[in-house]
Amino acid sequence: MTPEIAIILAQDGVTTGAVYVLLALGIVLVFLVTRVIFVPFGDVVGYSALTLAALQIGKLPGTVWLVATLAAIATLMETIDLVRRGDIHRLPRALLLYAVVPLASIVPVVLLAGRELPSFLSVGLTIGLVLPISPLLYRIAFRPLAGASVLILLMVAVALHYAMSGLALLYFGPEGFRTRAMTNAAFDLGPLNVSGQSLLIVLASVVFSALLFLFFERTLTGKALRATSVNRTGARLMGIQPGTTGAIAFLLASGLASISGILIGPVTTFYYDSGFLIGLKAFVGAIIGGLVSYPLAAIGAIFVGLLEAYASFFSSTLKEVIVFGALIPILVWRSIIAAGDVEEEIDEEEREAA
Amino acid sequence: MSRNWPAFLVGCAALFVVAAPFLFGEFAVTLMNYIGIYALAALGLVLLTGVGGLTSFGQAAFVGLGAYATAWYTTALGGSPWIGLVLALVLSGAVATILGAATLRLGGHFLPLSTIAWGIAIYFLFGNFDALGRYSGLADIPPITLGPLSLAGTRAMYYFIWAVLGLMMLLCANLLDSREGRAIRSLRGGIDMVESLGVGFFRTRLAVFIIAGLLAGLSGWLYAHLQRFVSPTPFDIKPGIELLLMAIVGGAGNITGAVVGAAFVTLLKNALQDVLPSLTRNSGQLEIVVFGTLFIALLQTNRAGIVPLIKRFCPRSLPELPGPGEALAARTYAQPIADRGQLLLRVEAIAKRFGGLVAVNDITFEVKAGEILALIGPNGAGKTTLFNLITGVLKPADGRIFLQGEDITALPVRRIAEKGIARTFQHVKLRPNMSLIDNVVLGAYVRTRSGFLSGALRLDRREEQAARRDAVQKLKRVGLGDKANALAGDLPLGQQRLLEIARALAADPKLLILDEPAAGLRRLEKQALATLLRELREVGLTIVLVEHDMDFVMNLVDRIVVMDFGVKLAEGLPPAIRADARVQEAYLGGVA
Repeated sequence: MTPEIAIILAQDGVTTGAVYVLLALGIVLVFLVTRVIFVPFGDVVGYSALTLAALQIGKLPGTVWLVATLAAIATLMETIDLVRRGDIHRLPRALLLYAVVPLASIVPVVLLAGRELPSFLSVGLTIGLVLPISPLLYRIAFRPLAGASVLILLMVAVALHYAMSGLALLYFGPEGFRTRAMTNAAFDLGPLNVSGQSLLIVLASVVFSALLFLFFERTLTGKALRATSVNRTGARLMGIQPGTTGAIAFLLASGLASISGILIGPVTTFYYDSGFLIGLKAFVGAIIGGLVSYPLAAIGAIFVGLLEAYASFFSSTLKEVIVFGALIPILVWRSIIAAGDVEEEIDEEEREAA
Repeated sequence: MSRNWPAFLVGCAALFVVAAPFLFGEFAVTLMNYIGIYALAALGLVLLTGVGGLTSFGQAAFVGLGAYATAWYTTALGGSPWIGLVLALVLSGAVATILGAATLRLGGHFLPLSTIAWGIAIYFLFGNFDALGRYSGLADIPPITLGPLSLAGTRAMYYFIWAVLGLMMLLCANLLDSREGRAIRSLRGGIDMVESLGVGFFRTRLAVFIIAGLLAGLSGWLYAHLQRFVSPTPFDIKPGIELLLMAIVGGAGNITGAVVGAAFVTLLKNALQDVLPSLTRNSGQLEIVVFGTLFIALLQTNRAGIVPLIKRFCPRSLPELPGPGEALAARTYAQPIADRGQLLLRVEAIAKRFGGLVAVNDITFEVKAGEILALIGPNGAGKTTLFNLITGVLKPADGRIFLQGEDITALPVRRIAEKGIARTFQHVKLRPNMSLIDNVVLGAYVRTRSGFLSGALRLDRREEQAARRDAVQKLKRVGLGDKANALAGDLPLGQQRLLEIARALAADPKLLILDEPAAGLRRLEKQALATLLRELREVGLTIVLVEHDMDFVMNLVDRIVVMDFGVKLAEGLPPAIRADARVQEAYLGGVA
């Protein structure tokens, strides 16, 4: 490997790594606030990229059906819950959140799809359409299990990924798509030819990470989210509702996923199941930070991006094996630094039985 | 009749399995072959997830390791399938050991996460190796031969698969009913309880993970020689999730759940494959949508699975209590306690800080053999922290602890338990779904020797019977002798505390440490408890207890150590402590 190639690979690695950073931050955020290991996160990224691709080629994205179905199920579940508890006066608000708002994100897409749209508009429509997905999934799959153990929540998450990827094939078919580059600019920096898209990705990653940081530091909602992740019971006693913070965490995650999908769409060809692998690589990054540290997760994500870039140079077929195989030494290393500090939750099945 | 229920049901099931090929057509037999193979892999997950409280999404990858090991050996090298079996088991066992060693010390969710990653990694690995035929796989795998008999036909293989499955289910059932099996069943009670019984938490988790891997490897071996062809797809992450679905649907925690779950999922899948293509082109994917949704609905509504649902309608079969005979011998310690009044435990200038908070500061006291010592003090005085330091749950910042002159400060919890310190917990830690006698036998773990293999093969019966006899004695001692087969979770709190004491006694300890034994007990229960503790003192047991009920303490114990804000305030006989002005001030906030 010549130094020139090394630098080019590094550039590739940092670019994909920057996308993993956004995702890893979302993974840590969702885990800390709700204890859900959000495995279908990557699928949401896939939906985002494929939605944009469908809009660009003038087709109605299948995401519309997904959001409509999820909204219908969530509305039904919420209504049944409220009626059962006798809280019928809260029905209008529930209908607004679970039926009207998702519908509002669907309608413009249905109206505008099929025409030649300016790039910013199709991006906006995509973000708007993807945003409700994760909070709706949270309402349907996870909130009914709010008290369950991390393990049970993880099983639900994996099953959810299973269903989401099946639906993606149904909606988008087995073909691969690549969205149009947002900019064709390129810059020569010595031996390096930096594409505008790469710069855009890195820049967006930095900006959105910073925004997330400001949100946590400067806003009351952000502080409520942090409080929930530090001490669930304590936050609850302060009047912070875990259901609400959970929904907000998932909404933010959805935002990060939609942006990531839009950014990475022009760089890789997306198939219905590509998102899952991207999400899983972000997981490897987040695990480097033990799923609890934002800065370490970001560093881990960049590391995974670099590892992937160099691995693909040595063996493009085995790069997945190398990236996922790297998890083992990472876990061993975490085992060693965490030695004697195993924190086990008491099994909730046991508590029920006791 | 009710005692013979399980035997009767097993007999019916066995008869059905034997008769099935004569009753149904070729297709049904093929289907049952796959059910048997999946059930074998799901059985591993039943032990791992249902019993051990761990989760793996990569079980199918272990099946793949077994399948590819034997496929490669029998095709590329032309070897015997039986050597292939050895290879399959060695490979799946070795990978499980490495993976488990890397992840099992971490929090519960790191193992499943890493199994997702490694399940995907192995899929790409299979698919990219020339020697393994890349994505097209390996074909022309020879059938298994039993002497002159070739198991090439569907029906021949059918009996072989189900015989293997039956044998493995029997071995697993035996294992769960043995010393190490009880240790596995205790894992979900958390590390503190498990280690306090002298059971290695990490070691036991690793053992279950390896057993699950071996069962998967065995399943893969059968799969390869049934299909006579292997490719990467059946060992991806999706089949791994299906196996987990089988274990959960069937009722993780029940050996029979593996078969019920495998049958349910396989038949459902088969039915979906008939129905779905009429609805859409991409029906293969609609199937996973149905499965995913079903799995979520199941986890939300009925996490226990099918078998427990059925069991509810069957009378619970009660195992027989051991008859008269030889009970477990008392433990022989390296240093037996010769005399009453001899120094047993010495806590020397011990200190523990949590960040800036000094929970225990420079505490020194001694415990003499054969006495009851009470540790009292207002809430937050550091009593429980001190207990955790003595039992090894926490490690002190300064100071040392000696048991009969031996420094035990740095020993892990389970080693301290082996040295002869047994404890109870402030918040009772029992296994609610295990019977009283099983809970108590768990305490005898440190006094017994049988390993995994002797448990599975029932070579441990003599020791097991002796341990059970001993457990019945301990139950009688605390007054629960008539409820040996009841479930611990069904007892009222007061009796649960007594059960915990019985479990501690089963370890035949030198020193018994009781954390608030009278909390939540009614007056009569407290009196009974005091009587019990006096009797135990009579037979030479040394007891240290933390307690808030002053009447209880003053009338029972020999000496008292008083703590306040992490320091020792006073030490002495009950009357002296009662009269001590500093103690009164600590409790009452100053003498007016």
